Amino acid sequence: MEWEVVIGLEIHAQLATKSKIFSGSSTEYGADANTQANIYDLGLPGVLPVFNEEALRMAVKFGLAIDAEIGMKSVFDRKNYFYPDSPKGYQITQLHEPIVGMGHIDIDLGEGKSRRINVTRAHLEEDAGKSVHEGFDGQSGIDLNRCGTPLIEIVSEPELRSSKEASAYFRKMQSIVMYLGICDGDLSQGSMRCDCNVSLRPKGQEEFGTRTEIKNVNSFKNVERAIEVEIERQMDILEDGGSIKQETRLFDADKNETRSMRSKEVENDYRYFPDPDLLPVIIDEEYVEAIRATLPELPEQKKARFEAEHGLSAYNASVLAANREMADYFEAAAGISGDYKMTANWVMGDLSAALNKNEISINEIPVSAEQLGAILKNVKGNDISNDGAKEVFNAIWQGKGSDVDQLIDQLGLKQVSDTSAIEAVVAQVLADNPKLVEGYLNTPEDKRAKAIGPFIGATRKAAKGVNPQVVMEVLKQKLNELG
Amino acid sequence: MSLDTNQVLAIADLARLQIDEKSITDFQTNLSNVLDLVDQLQAVDTNGVEPMAHPMDAVQRLRADVVTEVNQREKFQKIAPSTADGHYLVPKVVE
Repeated sequence: MEWEVVIGLEIHAQLATKSKIFSGSSTEYGADANTQANIYDLGLPGVLPVFNEEALRMAVKFGLAIDAEIGMKSVFDRKNYFYPDSPKGYQITQLHEPIVGMGHIDIDLGEGKSRRINVTRAHLEEDAGKSVHEGFDGQSGIDLNRCGTPLIEIVSEPELRSSKEASAYFRKMQSIVMYLGICDGDLSQGSMRCDCNVSLRPKGQEEFGTRTEIKNVNSFKNVERAIEVEIERQMDILEDGGSIKQETRLFDADKNETRSMRSKEVENDYRYFPDPDLLPVIIDEEYVEAIRATLPELPEQKKARFEAEHGLSAYNASVLAANREMADYFEAAAGISGDYKMTANWVMGDLSAALNKNEISINEIPVSAEQLGAILKNVKGNDISNDGAKEVFNAIWQGKGSDVDQLIDQLGLKQVSDTSAIEAVVAQVLADNPKLVEGYLNTPEDKRAKAIGPFIGATRKAAKGVNPQVVMEVLKQKLNELG
Repeated sequence: MSLDTNQVLAIADLARLQIDEKSITDFQTNLSNVLDLVDQLQAVDTNGVEPMAHPMDAVQRLRADVVTEVNQREKFQKIAPSTADGHYLVPKVVE
């Protein structure tokens, strides 16, 4: 049977506030265990939550960025469950009246293709602490520093149809929250985490199959792998006539498998009810519009502008726009070089390769956008070759200098583009190689383009630093004159 | 609406309460009474009444995003049953 894959993602993004969502404890990552877990975070008797205005502002900003309905009235609820990383015995979240309602994003599927995915909702809630199961002599150690860190949980519609689409969606969400500056997007520190809901149904069937939820997948690659192995597992069961159990599963990256975690508690078991400690949050149009005015240009808009204004391909535009720092670097460099396409190719090619090789981010690059722009301006003006550009780029990277023009002189990279000088060299090359000339003249017209190669090589050997384009033109002209 | 024994035990389990067998009937009656009260409330015609999230007719006040708490771990851990290495210790919980 042919199966259709149905995937929905729940992404938790930690908001980049200084203090927690309901208390004045610091949210800084990496502090000593429990040094940022205070009276409220520990759930001591009598404590009361006070809502952080910055968390609200960031959530609304996110809602505007995905073109969503904003909850002018939103309400906090208690989700009740017992686990040691949540000392109050409940998590404060938003069930029926979330801050962000239905919105949508466009995901990039490569080669410039994109697809719109609807976002059901995004609600505010508090993060839980961390349990450490090793090193405590048969007990579990609890670190409550993370307890109360503000989160938005972003819930997609079950519209994703493959593991690739799921990771593209996750990537796009990361790009958006980082553009907005509301989350640092760091997957390795758990600033963004993803739960994947996966089910299969016979192709053409409208009704959804039973789904499983894979918890806390922590990288783009693992989202793809976890979903792929889960699809395979479910397909095997269904093909054998079995049925899928609705449950929560964990992805084991080492064994490349998902395994059962616990039977998913049905919704009622959480005994949600409105939190009596918190009043409804009411905002007005003026508040929303003031936040809208602070929205930066978003990846989708930037991509469209790069295509329209700079003539970039859809693919190049989407790659460059995905990362705000990368996009800014590109635009600054291209503004100086005067050639957007060439600069795009450079940033996505040699520059990205160098970043990957050295495992650094664009923020740490030793070659500034101004320097790259100056290098490429020389390429555009035919003063240096592309290989020469690479040499200057590497020299700056290695700290051998910072002034582009000086380096071009020092490294002797200046190209000879003066036609009369090149004509003299070409004339000499032709005179020195009568056999090559004869061979060329005996070559049929349509194959001559290839036969010109040896002359170019010989000319560049005879005079270092000649501009290959000018050489090519002069050669063609001279050879044509011969017959 | 009246709850049966299994429902009472399920509710107790969710609340992590241990109840002895003798008191199950008491809980059954008491909890059922609560639900009857809810039924009574449900029967009221609320057409045109806006649902309330809170009995107080007021709006949530917001706090500025400022760190106001300092580290008081030592104080808190003095009253904890068991700690090590800055962590609170609990019976092993691995799923």
